Amino acid sequence: MRKVAQGSLSAPLGVLVLAALIALLFAVSIGSASLSVAQLWAVAQGQGELLASTLVWELRLPRALSAFAVGGLLAVAGALMQVLLRNPLADPYVLGLSGGASIGALAAMLVGLGGFLVSGAAFVGALFSTLLVFGLAHGRGGWSPARLLLTGVVVASGWGAVITLMLAMSPAERLPGMLYWLMGDLSYARTPWPPLLLLLAVCLLLVPLGRSLNVLARGAPQAAALGVNVRPLEWGIYILASLLTAAAVTTAGSIGFVGLVVPHMLRLLLGNDQRLILPACALAGGTLLVLADTLARTMIAPEQLPVGVITALLGVPTFLFLLHRSR
Amino acid sequence: MSILTTQQLVIDVPNRPGGTPLNLTIQPGQVWGVLGPNGAGKTTLLHTLAGLRAPRSGSVHLNEAPLASLRRRQVAQTLGVVFQERMDSFPATVMETALIGRHPFLSAWQRESGADYTLAEQALARLDIASLRERLVNTLSGGERQRVALATVLTQAPAIWLADEPTNHLDLHHQSAVMALMAEQAASGKSVVMCLHDLNLAARWCDQILLLYPDGEAKWGPQERLLTAGTLEALYRQRLMVVEVNGAPVFVPI
Repeated sequence: MRKVAQGSLSAPLGVLVLAALIALLFAVSIGSASLSVAQLWAVAQGQGELLASTLVWELRLPRALSAFAVGGLLAVAGALMQVLLRNPLADPYVLGLSGGASIGALAAMLVGLGGFLVSGAAFVGALFSTLLVFGLAHGRGGWSPARLLLTGVVVASGWGAVITLMLAMSPAERLPGMLYWLMGDLSYARTPWPPLLLLLAVCLLLVPLGRSLNVLARGAPQAAALGVNVRPLEWGIYILASLLTAAAVTTAGSIGFVGLVVPHMLRLLLGNDQRLILPACALAGGTLLVLADTLARTMIAPEQLPVGVITALLGVPTFLFLLHRSR
Repeated sequence: MSILTTQQLVIDVPNRPGGTPLNLTIQPGQVWGVLGPNGAGKTTLLHTLAGLRAPRSGSVHLNEAPLASLRRRQVAQTLGVVFQERMDSFPATVMETALIGRHPFLSAWQRESGADYTLAEQALARLDIASLRERLVNTLSGGERQRVALATVLTQAPAIWLADEPTNHLDLHHQSAVMALMAEQAASGKSVVMCLHDLNLAARWCDQILLLYPDGEAKWGPQERLLTAGTLEALYRQRLMVVEVNGAPVFVPI
């Protein structure tokens, strides 16, 4: 079970960095026109044909980096939510975040807005849902993880009903775009830098918090008895995880599954030290989504599949295998 | 050497009008036993002493400073709590669990050092669970988990131990071993406060006794004065027979 010796973070993280680089290389070289390693090398040095250079620098690399950032954000947000709620079933979407984001995005599409405004509306929707759930869960007498989880689940199913209603009422020509958004679609992604920088910033921010999170995972009283300021830490994690999810959903629509499955796969393989798991989540979540997105745009090219379908198709069997194999 | 005192402390038990204000002084070297029937507020008292629950009135002081004014980290460097209930939502090994006892002493950027590992290893050995080092805590028996919790606090090495039924789930041998460990801690200048249900363990190992009654009344003092058949029968509303074994009283319910 515990294959990692104490204190050695570098070996597993090194493997994951390597995997991420290979996935990115794979993503930029494969597509409607495949590029060889030699062509990629030429492009990287600023030479090569114009077509190849455009493909890499303007189309494939930004999209692959966006996918990496979104996957990383979702996986880190999932790991944080699981610690916050002390519940292994929590994921970034369970608290109604993606529902809120979807309502915002679909409403924007319904009135015919596009591009940046859809993303903006999704972000506003996600934050609105966050505040709603937290406010309702707080109620009288403070919140507990169980109460927050229940409130989130109920609000999420409320959003689900509203989404179905919106789909039922929308004109037929808008439906495909809306459905794609709901299943996650990276072709909406513009510049990869904001989510990528956010991911990097969060990973750095979480380094000094890792041990406190380990203690918090043992429950609030135990954490308080060991010197953790529980309330501020819990608030911080909640706001951070919500922000990460909102950023991810805004970039690529709602992609389920990454936030739930990636942290668990890593816990099964690496144990549960948040100092290792959180950066590992950023790397593995990113890698998974880069691979999924590459498959999504090549499997039935020139048509594209929604990337959320691929993450589920890749993730479910892997996860079940690991779970079955573990004790 | 740390002293825990309470001034006019009334703990906050829901639906209870009030109770005897507690003015306790827990000195280094003392072993306190808190006795009382279910629901009398033993755990609430312990959590209040640890600063984890606000009192209804009065205050708790750690070395003269009000507990509420201290940072949690400062408190945790002096005060260790053995909880009655523990949460194991995520799998963790015995060693990892013991090591979290070092959390209050490490800065945010520090990792556990060799010295921290040594402390944890000694604690595991002291509680007879060194061989379980790499086992996952959620695969252990109740008594083994109880000893992991004690080892975690031993790794923390606090000057004041607050232990909620430390002998829960333990077999006879380990009950004695754990009480001996508590006594050894006190003998080395620490202090121990523990909630107990076993009158005979209290009679054998505690020098100070606090009796908590369901209506909030309380009595405290040296054990010879309080551990008598009369007071204990009133406390538990249970007839008791007292026999002497090697000069110490043994209480048997009849």
